[in-house]
Amino acid sequence: MHAGIIFFLVILGSVLFHIFTPWYWTDIASNWKSMDDTITLTFWVGGGVFVAVCLFMVYCVFKFSYKEDRKAEYKPEDKKLERILTWATTLGVAALLAPGLIVWNQYVNVPKNAIEIDVMAWQWGWQYRLPGEDKKLGTTQVQNINDNNPFGINLDDPYGKDDVLIQSDVINLKNNRPVKILLRSVDVLHNWYVPQFRAKMDAVPGVVTYYWFEPNKIGEYEVLCAEYCGVGHYAMRGGVIVQDEQEYNQWLGEQETFSELIAKQKVIEFKEKRLVKK
Amino acid sequence: MSEDFNNNKTIQAQSSETISGGGAGVTPDMDYVRPAEIPDQDLYHGHSFITKWVFCQDAKVIGVQYFLTAVFTGIIGLILSWLMRLQLGFPGLAGFMTAEHYYQFVTMHGMIMVVYFLTALFLGGFGNYLIPLMVGARDMVFPYVNMVSYWMFFVAVGVLMASFFVPGGPTGSGWTLYPPQAILEGTPGSGMGILLMLISLSLFVIGFTMGGLNYLITVLQARTRGMTLMRMPLTVWGIFTATVLAMLAFPALLVSSIMMTLDKVLGTSFFMPTILKAGEVLEYGGGSPILFQHLFWFFGHPEVYIVALPAFGIVSDLISVHSRKNIFGYRMMVWAIVGIGALSFFVWAHHMYVSGMNPWFGFFFATTTLIIAVPTAMKVYNWILTLWRGNIRLNTVMLWCLGFIVTFVNGGITGIFLGNVTVDVPLSDTYFVIAHFHMVMGIAPLMVIMGAVYHWFPLVAGRMLDEGLGKWHFWLTFLGAYSIYFPMHYLGFIGVPRRYFEMYDSPYMTSAVGMNEFISLAAFIVGAAQFILIYNIIKSLKEGERAGKNPWKANSLEWFTSTVPPEHGNFGDRLPVVHRWPYDYSVPGSKEDFMPQTTPPSAVVDTEVEKT
Repeated sequence: MHAGIIFFLVILGSVLFHIFTPWYWTDIASNWKSMDDTITLTFWVGGGVFVAVCLFMVYCVFKFSYKEDRKAEYKPEDKKLERILTWATTLGVAALLAPGLIVWNQYVNVPKNAIEIDVMAWQWGWQYRLPGEDKKLGTTQVQNINDNNPFGINLDDPYGKDDVLIQSDVINLKNNRPVKILLRSVDVLHNWYVPQFRAKMDAVPGVVTYYWFEPNKIGEYEVLCAEYCGVGHYAMRGGVIVQDEQEYNQWLGEQETFSELIAKQKVIEFKEKRLVKK
Repeated sequence: MSEDFNNNKTIQAQSSETISGGGAGVTPDMDYVRPAEIPDQDLYHGHSFITKWVFCQDAKVIGVQYFLTAVFTGIIGLILSWLMRLQLGFPGLAGFMTAEHYYQFVTMHGMIMVVYFLTALFLGGFGNYLIPLMVGARDMVFPYVNMVSYWMFFVAVGVLMASFFVPGGPTGSGWTLYPPQAILEGTPGSGMGILLMLISLSLFVIGFTMGGLNYLITVLQARTRGMTLMRMPLTVWGIFTATVLAMLAFPALLVSSIMMTLDKVLGTSFFMPTILKAGEVLEYGGGSPILFQHLFWFFGHPEVYIVALPAFGIVSDLISVHSRKNIFGYRMMVWAIVGIGALSFFVWAHHMYVSGMNPWFGFFFATTTLIIAVPTAMKVYNWILTLWRGNIRLNTVMLWCLGFIVTFVNGGITGIFLGNVTVDVPLSDTYFVIAHFHMVMGIAPLMVIMGAVYHWFPLVAGRMLDEGLGKWHFWLTFLGAYSIYFPMHYLGFIGVPRRYFEMYDSPYMTSAVGMNEFISLAAFIVGAAQFILIYNIIKSLKEGERAGKNPWKANSLEWFTSTVPPEHGNFGDRLPVVHRWPYDYSVPGSKEDFMPQTTPPSAVVDTEVEKT
C-alpha cells in the first residue's frame, strides 16, 4: 500500500515540478517558434500518456494487491481491446509525426533571400565570411589556408575576392533577415549552436553543411559548440550580435574584404623587402 | 526400413501409454508429446576445481562468471560517474580533475555501461543461465565454444582496463568514438588509449559471436519436447531476438573498429578527410567522418534494443509471476518483440539528424522511429493490463517491475521527442538527451536487472535475499535515480549542451548550478545504495532463508530442476516434457494459483484452461 502512495507522489511531484519549474526554455530569438510548438504538442500528448499509464498502475497497486482468498482473473487475450489500443496509439503517433515533418520541410528548404554565412570552425575557435557585392561566396579548400589566406579561398575564384572576412568569433546579423549558415570545419566535428535560435547542425570536415534561421530579436547571444570536439570543446564559445539594418550596415562597412587583405599584405611584403634591402 | 518400422512402433507404444494414463474425458493426443528425435547426449563433466569453476563448460557457471565480470565493470563505471558528477556539481572540488580526465571518465563510463555492463549482463549473464533452464535443455549446444566466449569477454575487459594505465590514459573521445577527433591529438588518449579501446571492442564482438551462436542454436534446436516456440517464456523470446540483433549489428561495430584502427596505425583514410592541424595539412584525405557515424549507429541503435528486449522479456515474466496472472496478450508480446527487433535496423540515423548527413533522410528516419513507438506502447499496455485484476504481491521483485514501468514510460515518451526530427533539433546534444537515454536504457533496464536478481537469486544460491534490505535498496535507487534524471530534462530545455567540462558563467547555465548540485548529491546516494545489494548477497549467501523448490510458485521450467541450485545437466535423469505455456496462473477451477508447464492436460481436467 505504501508503495502505491509513494508512486503516486512521484507522479504528482513530476507534474508539479513541470508547472513550477524555474528551468525552462530561453526566450526564443528566431523564427523557429514552430519547433517550440511541436515540443509543446509532444509534451502534452506524451505527458498525458505518461500520467495516465502511471496512474493506472498505481490504481492497480491499490486495488489488486495480494489477498490470500482472491484469485486473479484468467484471460489470456482480449483481441478487441488490443486492437483499439493499437489504433489509438497509431493515431496519436501520426498526430505527433505530421507536424514534425511539416516543420522539418521548412528547416531543409532555405528561403531565397537568406544571406549566406560561411562559418569556419577549428579546434577550438570560429571565424566567419560573408559574400561581398556579388552576393556569392568564393569556393575554398583546406590546403589553401595560411596566414595570408586564413579562410583558404581559392585565389582563381572571382567570387572570392570581395568576400567579407571576419576574423573574430563574434558575428553580427541583421534583424528579421534569414541567414543560411554554411558550416565547414578544417579538423574535427563541431556544431554552431545558439540556444535562443533553437536550430543547429554539425560542421563536418570535408563537406559543407547548412541550416537556416531568421533572427528576430535584437541582442547579444552566446555561441556554443554542441558537438564534442576534443579537450577544448567546453571552451569553444563565440558570439552573435543581432542588430537593426542601419547598425548592421555600418558594421558591415567596417569589415575587411579578401582583396583588401591581399592588398594590405602586399604592402607589408613590399615594406619588408625594402627593409631587407636597406 | 526396419529401423523406421521400429520407430513407429515406439511412438505408438508411447501414445497408447498416455492414453491409458490419461484422465476420463480427455482427448488422448493432448497428453501425447512427440518423442525425442535425438538421444540425450552426455555432457562433459569437470572434476577438478579449474574445470568446474574456472574453465567451466556449464552454461550456469558461465552465466555467473559473465554476471560477476559485468558487475565488476559496472562498479568501475559507477565510480567514474561519481567523479563526473563531482566535477559537474562541485567544480574544482577534486583538485586532480582536468578536462582531459573528465572526458576520459565520460567516455569510459559510457562504453563500459552500454557494452561491457548491460550487454554482457543481459545476454552473457541472464542468457547463459536462463536459456537452457527455461527451454528445458541440459546445457548450451556448444559448451566449449560457450566457455571460450566468456574468456574472450574476460580478455576484452582486461584490455579495456589496461587502457587506464598506458601513457596518455584511456580514450576521451566520447563513447561514440567519432573520428576524426578520436584519433587526433587534441582528444585525450588519442594514442594507445583509443587503440586499446578498438582492440577491446573487437575482442568483445568476437567473443560475443561465439556466445550468441550458442543462444540462437540452443533456442532453435535444443528445446525439450513440447516446448514450441509459442510456449517459450518471454524472457527467452527477448534474449533470443536480442541475440539475432546482436549477430547482425555487432559486425558493423567490428568493421568500423577495424577501419579506424587502420586509419590510426597505417594512415589509411576511411573516415579521415583533408585535415589542417596546428597549421599543417595532415596526410589524410578523401575519407568520410559521417560514414563512421552510419556504421556506428547501425550497430548503436539495435544495441539499445539488444539491452531493452531482454529487459522487456524478463520484466514480462516477473510481472506475470508476481501478479499471479497470465501475461496479457502473449502473442502480441512475442510479435512486438520480433517487430521492434526488425524495425530497430531501420531507425539508426535518428541519432544523426543534425550530423550533417543529407537532411532529407530526416523524413524517413523520423517516420520509422515513430512507427517503432507503436509496438513498444503495446508492450507497456500489456504490462499494466497484466497487473489489472491480478493478485499483486508487492514484494521487492514487483517493486523493481513497477519502477521499471515508470522509468521506461518516462524515457519512452522523451524518445518520441527526440525521434521526431523537428523536436530533436533544439534538444539534440543537450542534457535532454542524457536524461532520456539514462532513463530509458540505463535506469529502466537496471530496474529489470535488479528485479531479476531478487527473483532468481533463490534459484542460483538456494537461499532467499533479505526483503527488508531489498526494499531499502529499491526505494533509494528508484527515488534517487528519478530525481537525477527527471529534472535533468529541463537542463536540456534550457539548452545546456552535453559533454561540457565546465559551464563558465553563461546566463542559462548559472541558473542551473543549484540543480547540478542536487543531481550530484542524488547520484552519490544512488551509487552508494547499490552496495546494499552486495551486502545483501553476501549476507544471504551465509544466512538467508532456504529457498526450497519453486519459492515464487512459478510455472516455467527453471524452477523444476532436479536440485536447487540446479546441478550440471539441470534436470536429472529425464528432461521435462512441456504441455502448456508458462503463464497458466489462477486458472479457474484449479486448486493452486499456478500450473507448471509440465502439467499434462489430464491432470487439470476440471479447470477452464484456455491456452496451452
